[in-house]
Amino acid sequence: MWENIKDFASTFFVTGDPLIYGADVSIVLSIIAIVFVLTKYKKWGWLWREWLTTVDHKRIGIMYLIASLLMLFRGGVDALLMRLQLAFPNVEFLNSEHYNAIFTTHGTIMILFMAMPMMFALFNMVVPLQLGARDVAYPFLNALSFWLFMLGAMLFNISFVIGGSPDAGWLSYPPLSQNEFSPGPGQNFYIWGIQISGIGSLATGINFIVTILKMRAPGMKLSKMPLFSWSVLSSCIMIIFAFPILTVTLALLFLDRFAGAHFFTMDGGGNPMMYLNLIWMWGHPEVYIVVVPAFGIFSEIVATFSRKKIFGYKSMVWAMMIIAVVSFFTWAHHFFTMGTSASVIAFFAISTMIVGIPTGVKVFNWLFTMYRGRISFKQPMLWTIAFIPCFVIGGATGVMLAVAPADYQYHNSYFLVAHFHQVLIGGVVFGYLAGIYYWWPKLFGFKLDEKLGKWGFWFWNIGFYVCFMPQYALGFMGMTRRYYTYGWDRGWADLNLVSTVGAFLMGIGFIFQVWQIAYSIKNGERDTTGDPWNGRTLEWSIPSPAPFYNFAVVPQVKEMDDWWATKEAKANGTYKEEPAKLEPIHMPKNSGIPFIMANFWFLVGFGFTFGWVWMAVIGFIGVFACMWARSFQYDTDYYVPVEEVRRTEASLGRVV
Amino acid sequence: MAQHHDHGHGHDHDHHEEHEQLKVLGFWIFVVTDCVLFGTLFATYAVMMNSFAGGPTGQELFQLPGVIASTFILLTSSFTSGLAVLAMNKGNVKQLIAWLAVTGLLGLSFVVLEVTEFMHLISEGATMGTSGYWSAFYTLVGTHGLHVTLGLFWMTALIFQLKRRGITAVTRRKITNLSLYWHFLDVVWIFLFTVVYLMGVM
Repeated sequence: MWENIKDFASTFFVTGDPLIYGADVSIVLSIIAIVFVLTKYKKWGWLWREWLTTVDHKRIGIMYLIASLLMLFRGGVDALLMRLQLAFPNVEFLNSEHYNAIFTTHGTIMILFMAMPMMFALFNMVVPLQLGARDVAYPFLNALSFWLFMLGAMLFNISFVIGGSPDAGWLSYPPLSQNEFSPGPGQNFYIWGIQISGIGSLATGINFIVTILKMRAPGMKLSKMPLFSWSVLSSCIMIIFAFPILTVTLALLFLDRFAGAHFFTMDGGGNPMMYLNLIWMWGHPEVYIVVVPAFGIFSEIVATFSRKKIFGYKSMVWAMMIIAVVSFFTWAHHFFTMGTSASVIAFFAISTMIVGIPTGVKVFNWLFTMYRGRISFKQPMLWTIAFIPCFVIGGATGVMLAVAPADYQYHNSYFLVAHFHQVLIGGVVFGYLAGIYYWWPKLFGFKLDEKLGKWGFWFWNIGFYVCFMPQYALGFMGMTRRYYTYGWDRGWADLNLVSTVGAFLMGIGFIFQVWQIAYSIKNGERDTTGDPWNGRTLEWSIPSPAPFYNFAVVPQVKEMDDWWATKEAKANGTYKEEPAKLEPIHMPKNSGIPFIMANFWFLVGFGFTFGWVWMAVIGFIGVFACMWARSFQYDTDYYVPVEEVRRTEASLGRVV
Repeated sequence: MAQHHDHGHGHDHDHHEEHEQLKVLGFWIFVVTDCVLFGTLFATYAVMMNSFAGGPTGQELFQLPGVIASTFILLTSSFTSGLAVLAMNKGNVKQLIAWLAVTGLLGLSFVVLEVTEFMHLISEGATMGTSGYWSAFYTLVGTHGLHVTLGLFWMTALIFQLKRRGITAVTRRKITNLSLYWHFLDVVWIFLFTVVYLMGVM
């Protein structure tokens, strides 16, 4: 009996590595600290009522933001561990298996559990406000999406201390991810963590498409819609076509592992190459899914901080829609070297290069918007300007990779690693950081400190180039990705050391940003106007932080950049004040079902991960019970009375 | 947050109608995503079509009469679900519930036939692990069957709700979505029947 328990515990908990013991201790300590604080200050009820059950898109956005910053920290620590291992030749800091696990979790977390939620944070924080809407189309579904993401991410993350991390790369190629080469639960954690959060992402895609198409304020034609909302629409269209493919792909991989199926196996008629096609049919659109909203953010910021209307609005919209379509025709460029006909390779090489055209159009539009503008170099604008050269270099190396014959030379080398970090950090991370700085006052009611932010900005930027420029060279020198160590004889030592220094500079930048947030909560400049940047779009017409119903009176939109037009008309004296008529506001009620249902999904995932079918069955029963219960709920909304709206507005300094 | 208030407002009804319309649109988009899901499974099946790995082929094991019977049953259930919607539009709750029940029973017999077919195939030695072909077969056909089963579950819940509440804006929307879902599964089955069974025995 005792032997059995000991045996179970030794396979269940990951043991034998001091780094992981350290993580165990810190996890236990932080859980104790959280429970202690919540109990001591009697905050459990508050947590449940105000956050765990909320359907308010702004709060859901804040929760996404917190989760994604935590994941940025974890993914960043993974990156630093890798860079430490590679800093010098023959380092024995991580063994090869541990290194594999770390680069796998780094990639997976950064794309799926950092970039995606940070994007959803911005969707939720901004889109309804920008459209003049009171909420998203399906607030309940929105909460469910968040909790599915959260529990999926947690399932993936506990693999680190329970059962063992996946170590077959961030896309889990078979046969490496099959049972023969990845026995144990690691790969199952990967499958179910992503599967559960992926269902949430798909639902978010549907939710925001309908929100954008149907919830715009009266008068806001699509041709007057702000560009960030356009970018969200483009991204969501890609989500609804790409994510079902991911769902199927992961399900098939799981059937291979769990039910002995032969989809991607090397025997029994399986076809590992099919997995590569399927995963990249999702995976390539996925990188555009995360980068296109960044383009929307830059468009808003460039216009606001140049005090000019965006240059080439229509071409911006077309560019994003073209990217949404072409992104589905480039997937095979991820495996040019794996043996297919020249004509197929030519097709994918050309379609890949074609994506560069609309992207180039956008870059020129941003530059033309800045041309002769009165630019103010606030933090959002700084990140936008830093993005442009970074992304242009990244785009150029992307086209170099798309040249198929040349790709045979640097396929899977550090040149590639440098390229995708350049577009994903330069495009996505810089973009989302810019967006967070820009919209932060709207959500929280204060600005983030400029000085600390600039320190963070420069550490990130200098660190970025110091880290990744040497990697281009290393790629040409023959260093391929996934090496866990190398010898002195290779001549890669000095460049690797420089790269590691750069990674740590970026880490310092992140610390400055954390400090900046902590500092600004107390000392940040309060935003009493609701319009701290002299903005152009509707979200700046309401107080900061936005009240829970967003708009006391639904705005009537007449122009593109309607808020800017209103401000100009007021300055000219041509503004005609229309009498505001307050009406009771229709709002959705909070619900605990999304949180509970996501927890049952966690049980499903955890059960299947360890092959405990009974637990998965309990999970599924719980999921269905939640759906059943929700179906029978009819009393799901309420009205905010006029007096309460008036009181709330008055407390925010507005008279309606 | 505001406390709950009674719904005593004049525009209450409009708001509800509007929100229900939104949910129908969202459901259409969900159906699009489900199309992509089935499309991916069909593509997988197409790739695996000849990967028998020395195991039995579909041609050897399929028994068309049973499959044709279940095809007719499912097509009929799609028709009766249409009748249910017509009854709803006439405002006849009893008829609506009755046609839903008929639809549900037909759907149930479809699922039973499918399970019987799977058991037969397994007894003939074709399991998920036999070959790539059978993995793809069970996954594609089974996913459709799972969808039908979920539809039955949903239908049952809606019958209870109709009994309790009658035809309202909310139940109307739910029935609209359900019938949309049901017709969609029918369309998928027609493809399935053609690609898997007819082409399989050709």
